[in-house]
Amino acid sequence: MEQLVFYLFATIAVVAGLVVVLQRKAIYSALALIVCFGSIAVLFYQLGAFFIAAIQVIVYAGAIMVMFLFVVMLIDPESEFFSFNRIRRVSVLALPMSAVLALILLWAMPVLRESDTNSQSLAQKGSIEVIARSLFSDYLLPFEVTSILILVAVLGAMVLAKKVD
Amino acid sequence: MNSLDFQMLNYSALSPEIILSVAGILLMLLIPFVKREKQAKLGYLSLVGIAAAMVAVIAQWGQSDLTFFDMVFQDNFANFAKLLFLFAVAAIIATSIQYLERDSLYKAEYFSLLLFATVGMCLMAASADLIMTFLGIEILSIATYVLAGYRLGEQKSTESAVKYFLLGAFSTGFLLYGIAFIYGATGSTKYLEIAQSLGNQTEYPVYLLIGLGLIFVGFGFKAALAPFHVWTPDVYEGAPIPITAHLAVASKAAALIALLRILFQVVPSISSGWVELLWISAVLTMLVGNIAALTQSNIKRMLAYSSIAHAGYLLVGLAANNDFGAQGVLFYLLAYAFMNLGAFAIIQIIGRQNEETVEIKDYAGVGFQHPFLGLALSVFLVSLAGIPLTAGFTGKLFLFSAAVQSGMYWLVVIAVIASAIGIYYYLRVLIYMYMRDAEGEIKPVDRLSMATRIVIVVMVLGTIYLGILPGSILKLASEAINF
Repeated sequence: MEQLVFYLFATIAVVAGLVVVLQRKAIYSALALIVCFGSIAVLFYQLGAFFIAAIQVIVYAGAIMVMFLFVVMLIDPESEFFSFNRIRRVSVLALPMSAVLALILLWAMPVLRESDTNSQSLAQKGSIEVIARSLFSDYLLPFEVTSILILVAVLGAMVLAKKVD
Repeated sequence: MNSLDFQMLNYSALSPEIILSVAGILLMLLIPFVKREKQAKLGYLSLVGIAAAMVAVIAQWGQSDLTFFDMVFQDNFANFAKLLFLFAVAAIIATSIQYLERDSLYKAEYFSLLLFATVGMCLMAASADLIMTFLGIEILSIATYVLAGYRLGEQKSTESAVKYFLLGAFSTGFLLYGIAFIYGATGSTKYLEIAQSLGNQTEYPVYLLIGLGLIFVGFGFKAALAPFHVWTPDVYEGAPIPITAHLAVASKAAALIALLRILFQVVPSISSGWVELLWISAVLTMLVGNIAALTQSNIKRMLAYSSIAHAGYLLVGLAANNDFGAQGVLFYLLAYAFMNLGAFAIIQIIGRQNEETVEIKDYAGVGFQHPFLGLALSVFLVSLAGIPLTAGFTGKLFLFSAAVQSGMYWLVVIAVIASAIGIYYYLRVLIYMYMRDAEGEIKPVDRLSMATRIVIVVMVLGTIYLGILPGSILKLASEAINF
């Protein structure tokens, strides 16, 4: 049963990922990306990483997707500038780069398998309590410094968005 | 460590960053209460914040610690770097006040962003963990993306900001990906733990090397090292002049200092691969920077390529991979700050309102019309060219002799040839200043504000002092590299 769910959602994720790339209309690509993120969230859930699964849905399928959709609507993807023929030239570069990436991951895979990847330990690492503890001890400073990073981003966005007069 | 004992944290190590953040936030909150026309004056307040942070740094000179759950170092290296950043940013703020008032860019968020950028740089220098380094770089980057586009509504400035942002975001991707690979290979993001894990290994997995390479790409972008420099001229040309100075001096120094720490504390055991990488990048950076600068007609673009070339000289010191080289890098960063900040302060004045006159031909006759500016700019350009009795010469001497110590004769030969090429385009500006007459009607330049005048005088004195008596700073630098 578990295996069945895994293969089902893994397939959905891969197919949705392909649709993202192959789809000509940007808005459909964005929708396919939601499906892809959602099925990956299921895979995280299966591994026992409930927190990461929830974050995957809230942050990626939620916030980041909304941003993508905004951008898609703002830039008018139907225009000549984003036409498929232009992008096709880029794909000549993209293909070998994806191939290199896939090779690297295949290379790294056996090493990962050797190390401790049973779902029990992953579940412990992904639980809310463990994350909370490390956020307020080991990662206290990065956690606090991130707030400055966000403050800078907010301030910067405000400066750029304010009307020029 | 899982106990939540906050008493154990060494807050003094982070006191400069805390002071700067508080100053930045206070400034931000003050803005609504100040009249628009007076907002540029808030810059003086940010100078107070910088001064307080400097005091905090000096107070902890000599102490060393690894604190906040092994996230930041407190050591002289970080202190030296922080002083350098604070000094550079103070000069940039001091000249910015006049710049903002002249061009009616009354938005004091400018100073907040500069202070936050400084927090990012200080964290990069002190970081003991790749995650902290990454956060520091991001704080610095996001602040500078916005600052580069601060001449809102002007095409060039917007182009500069967008280009910097897009390419910067891309390079961040490389950096993060590299960090992920290194985490995968060593099981940690902490500098010392990575070093330990590498020390225990005799064979290195390929993806560790890929990870290190990707990290180098990330830093290379920030420091504008060839072949990751292509963004530099356009971004430098479009950004407001004080921000160009920031990108050329402070941002670059922060990236190189973080790289220096990684080189000495994370990967000392596999330095061989790194050194070749640095060697190649140094040669490319020096040649590309110096040769491309020859044909520039805009002085900001010329200094952009010159800053690429100088990053190349600094890489020579890094590639030497010995203590003397590290000292040389710290010394040269300071020397470079003196001469480049001074040069940009003068370019800003001569550029007149809205940066109208930033072509090299606009410098015709400047030397006799404005004797003070002309003389000061001559000192800076002579120093950038690396002529004896100036900071630029002694700095290069230290860097190149460190490389000789490591037996890299060819690298030094190339470096010397590259800096000989460099002399041509610096002296070209001098020739325009003193040997050509200005054509047509010329608008007068603004009176120097007190702050700008002080900056120029300090930079001239610093340039000459480091050129004649480099000993005391070199001693400080040698104290700083006791990792």
